[in-house]
Amino acid sequence: MKKYLSLLLVLMLSIGMLAVAGCGGEKEPSGQDAGQEPAITKLVVGSETAYAPFEMVDEKTGDYIGFDMDIIKAIGEAMGVEVEIRSMEFTALIPALQNGQIDCAISAMSITPERQQAVDFAGPYYDSGLIIAVAKDTEGISTLEDLQGKKLGAQIGTTGADACLSVKEKDPTTEVKTYDHVGEAFMELQKGGVVAVINDFPVTDYYVKTEASDTVKTVGEIFLADDHYGIPVQKGDTATLNLINEGLAKIKENGTYDEIYAKWFE
Amino acid sequence: MDFGFTNTEWFFGTMIMDKLNEIYGFQVVVNNLGNFAMGAVLTLEITFFSILIGMVLGLIAALGRMSRMKIINFISVSYIDFFRGTPLFVQILLLYFGVIPLVFDATPVQAAIIACGLNSGAYVAEIVRAGIQAVDKGQMEAARSLGMTHGQSMRFIILPQAFKIVIPPLINEFVMLLKDTSLVSAISAHELTHTGKMLYASTYQAVWVWGAVCVFYFIMTKVISMLGDWTERRLAT
Repeated sequence: MKKYLSLLLVLMLSIGMLAVAGCGGEKEPSGQDAGQEPAITKLVVGSETAYAPFEMVDEKTGDYIGFDMDIIKAIGEAMGVEVEIRSMEFTALIPALQNGQIDCAISAMSITPERQQAVDFAGPYYDSGLIIAVAKDTEGISTLEDLQGKKLGAQIGTTGADACLSVKEKDPTTEVKTYDHVGEAFMELQKGGVVAVINDFPVTDYYVKTEASDTVKTVGEIFLADDHYGIPVQKGDTATLNLINEGLAKIKENGTYDEIYAKWFE
Repeated sequence: MDFGFTNTEWFFGTMIMDKLNEIYGFQVVVNNLGNFAMGAVLTLEITFFSILIGMVLGLIAALGRMSRMKIINFISVSYIDFFRGTPLFVQILLLYFGVIPLVFDATPVQAAIIACGLNSGAYVAEIVRAGIQAVDKGQMEAARSLGMTHGQSMRFIILPQAFKIVIPPLINEFVMLLKDTSLVSAISAHELTHTGKMLYASTYQAVWVWGAVCVFYFIMTKVISMLGDWTERRLAT
């Protein structure tokens, strides 16, 4: 009997702690927006650095490179602030923003209504869209409807995963497998564990061209065409938001943006 | 037994319940209790079958390790050293994406069971070996002098005594294994941690989602260790 009592006590304690932590987290001031804004000198930027060509690690130097990296560095340069990249899981980016662990994130993140409830977006800075990728010898798949009842792969927390789940909603026999990184979903596609991977077009396209032109192909049209990447900042953090938007406008004006775009996509 | 309120309300008191219901993270957890439970069931399934594989492999490897036949000894030692000497996370990725596809087309759950079972077997082997060696040498000598063969003495005299000795460390291993199954979320086995990851990715409620996942794991490990205590008491003479 004592055993169960102690179990119950521990349970109540942990639930109590959760309640306290939950309440505290919501009320806590965000740190930066306290009265007079101090001039921003440094941006701590979160990114999931396994999403070529937007963000990846240079195999030779170990530096973070990619379209997003160049963009945020150019913004930092234009606005005279230091930029520090912090590599983290994609799903950790928004919570890290909410906790104030990072100032902004650049990680090929689509602006969605759900995310807008949690953070504010600077930008958009890139127009993307989703595409279906299948094994080279797969025939007869070109739209989401063709995927009903099949095994699908995507990265956890992405718009691609949302698209997979929307297919599953229409046909519950559909099986959705989600991974921490899109690379694992592609691996699964190559070994035949899923029939198709739904993911951002530029990333899938880059993967097919650079790594898997013999085994994987993209099919159908790019969908979710109003899919724009934004740079999320903590909700209410207008100082950082304005800084990034201003910097983005500057690099679009002086041609830096076009240079970076050409470097990665042409 | 109708007191005019539900059990949960009785537990927290209606006032606290109202306060909690205003918190988004709490709603997320409550609305997904079924999903958590389903994840927990899969976690238990993976753990259970991994334990089965681990026990069989562990016993074989332990005996193999003590064998005087060089080849069997070498194979057992290599197996134990490899699975104890490399991270389980890496083993899971290697097995699922690398080795198992060469043999057959495994689902993530099957691969998870194989990986966790192989890993657990190496630890069980060391536990069993320690247990066998903890049985007094005189027991083996006495059995042999009664005319039993080495195998018979092992089976009827040594192993039953060793069994009692290894129960506590074995239970400990099962608890560790249950917690380690969280790693198979990386290969999309939709167990408790993967359930948490998906929910966390769409709601960003770190404290609530991961807190709830912790509570579920804690209940499961607590039940296993309580079962262990019970078995220990039953076997105590």
